[in-house]
Amino acid sequence: MKEPIRITLLRHAVLLVFVAVAIYPVLNVVSISLRPGDRLRSTDLAVIPTDWTLASYVKLFTEQPFLRWLGNSLVVSAGVTLTGVTLASTAGYAFSRFHFVGRKATMLAILTTQMFPATMLLLPLYVLIAALGLIDTWLGLMVFYTATALPFCVWQMKGFYDTISPSLEEAARIDGCSRFQAFWHVVLPLATPGLVITALFSFMTAWSEYIVAAQVMQDERMFTLPLGIKGFQATLSSQWGLYAAASILVSLPVVVVFLALSRYLVNGLTVGSVKE
Amino acid sequence: MASVSLRNLHKRYDSGFHAVRGISLEIPDGEFLVLVGPSGCGKSTTLRMLAGLEEVTEGDVRIGDRVVNDVAPGDRDIAMVFQNYALYPHLTVRDNMAFGLRMRGTPRPEIDRRVQAAAESLSIEGLLARRPRELSGGQRQRVALGRAIVREPAVFLFDEPLSNLDAKLRVQMRAELARLHRRLRTTVVYVTHDQVEAMTLGDRIVLMNHGVIQQADAPLAIYRRPANRFVAAFIGSPTMNFFPGRIEAGAFAVAGTEVRVPLDGEATGLPAGPAVLGIRPEDLVLAGEAAAVATVPVDVVEQTGHETFAHFMLAGDDHVVRLSGDVGARPGDRLPLAVRPGGIHLFAADEAGQRLG
Repeated sequence: MKEPIRITLLRHAVLLVFVAVAIYPVLNVVSISLRPGDRLRSTDLAVIPTDWTLASYVKLFTEQPFLRWLGNSLVVSAGVTLTGVTLASTAGYAFSRFHFVGRKATMLAILTTQMFPATMLLLPLYVLIAALGLIDTWLGLMVFYTATALPFCVWQMKGFYDTISPSLEEAARIDGCSRFQAFWHVVLPLATPGLVITALFSFMTAWSEYIVAAQVMQDERMFTLPLGIKGFQATLSSQWGLYAAASILVSLPVVVVFLALSRYLVNGLTVGSVKE
Repeated sequence: MASVSLRNLHKRYDSGFHAVRGISLEIPDGEFLVLVGPSGCGKSTTLRMLAGLEEVTEGDVRIGDRVVNDVAPGDRDIAMVFQNYALYPHLTVRDNMAFGLRMRGTPRPEIDRRVQAAAESLSIEGLLARRPRELSGGQRQRVALGRAIVREPAVFLFDEPLSNLDAKLRVQMRAELARLHRRLRTTVVYVTHDQVEAMTLGDRIVLMNHGVIQQADAPLAIYRRPANRFVAAFIGSPTMNFFPGRIEAGAFAVAGTEVRVPLDGEATGLPAGPAVLGIRPEDLVLAGEAAAVATVPVDVVEQTGHETFAHFMLAGDDHVVRLSGDVGARPGDRLPLAVRPGGIHLFAADEAGQRLG
């Protein structure tokens, strides 16, 4: 059905308002990062100030341990993503396909952990990690993040596998696959959207987390990006230029990853395989 | 090519459900065997045990001269066509068909040759580059068939392959399956709940109920001499009419009525006692008043054009007679009916309802 032009215009107008609301803070941060010195406030409305400079960006790389923090964040996030995807894809499959003793109880237990806010787990997990001697290590943070992200990911993957008809695996097994080969050649490719969501979720959990990192990482050289950036905001004189520039740089990889993976997020890959 | 043999096969699930209760079958090489029965009768479970998708609780499955109870599905030299097609959605038609051969390490040129040949025989050469979601139901079913054919297996297994097609396409594919079997002469085990498919496709039909074989025989033999009341009711459409009553001195007295049906042939020698009389709707014929066994009031008339089904009530039960399409029966008419010679089936009056005589 063709929509009247008035409605189209109205819809776009409303959407534009939302776009403006969403994009204004980002543009503001871009603007601050390009200003010379630490001018947080300005009467200038231009996004790119007339006297724009990349000094803050240059300073980040030359005078601050930004690269080191970036490295820490990348290592931790990659580790969490890899562990998350590996464990969630296999555990989710087991929960979806096998009927073993304690299956339901375990799934409920996993779900229950989601009812506690991460901050409540802070103390007990900190004690654990301290006892294991993992303070100020990448591994310590990875354990922490993986533990908090995994329950959601397992459920997510289980739900995804549930939508894939078991007869596809049966067909694969008759075609000569072992159970694992059927999983690898047939189920996993079909679960790509689920894997992508799991990977993104794991990555984001680790990439932008602050509170836990602040407990586990105490040595400045082990800081992740959020910790490092927070350091620019001191009580007396905040380095707003650096703060803004670093914020932009931190969010870039996330935007790039989202854009790159968005086509996998489009569900419907399984349509047409089986007729229910 | 191989024969298949099932010996005292049982399937008990963890829940305690006893789905298959001692099935024994010898399927000679090249036979088209149809397993038919109502849902939950154990036919699919039997097929899945044969395929290796379901563990055997007790008994033996042999393919050729090898017991395959503990052989992986992929090593049984079988191919299976599923009710929902089970095509791999992320692969093209060509890759779907080649998948099984690739998993077995068949050389590339050989795979290409076989896929091409199978595609041509099923008229799907033009679809090889497409993905399953771009195909219609009938095309998907052909691809699923093609995937089974390229494997050149010893045994084909079909699990209700036509159930998801519309009526017209089903008739078409049925003929195609029959043609395919005549050309390949591979052993086929075919599961369906549709008695027409069973009758038209099978060299032999195995009718199951409650996990037990009720009768195994050629289609017409089953139709003509059903072993018990269940088989008699399952095969044939509309279903056979049953009249409870008694056998008395060369005739059958229908309970609750004055109707007495004279017995002929082998039924004449049966001892007196309670029994159930079965007559197929096509074995009831219009007769002159004098020759009529009973004159019944017509209740409902269904006309399909080439035939007329007239329903009538007798002793409180609904019965049907199949008449030619030009008989203009109307509700309220009284039809004088007789039984065609040889149209009488007698069954025991107990639960099992075994055939008498």
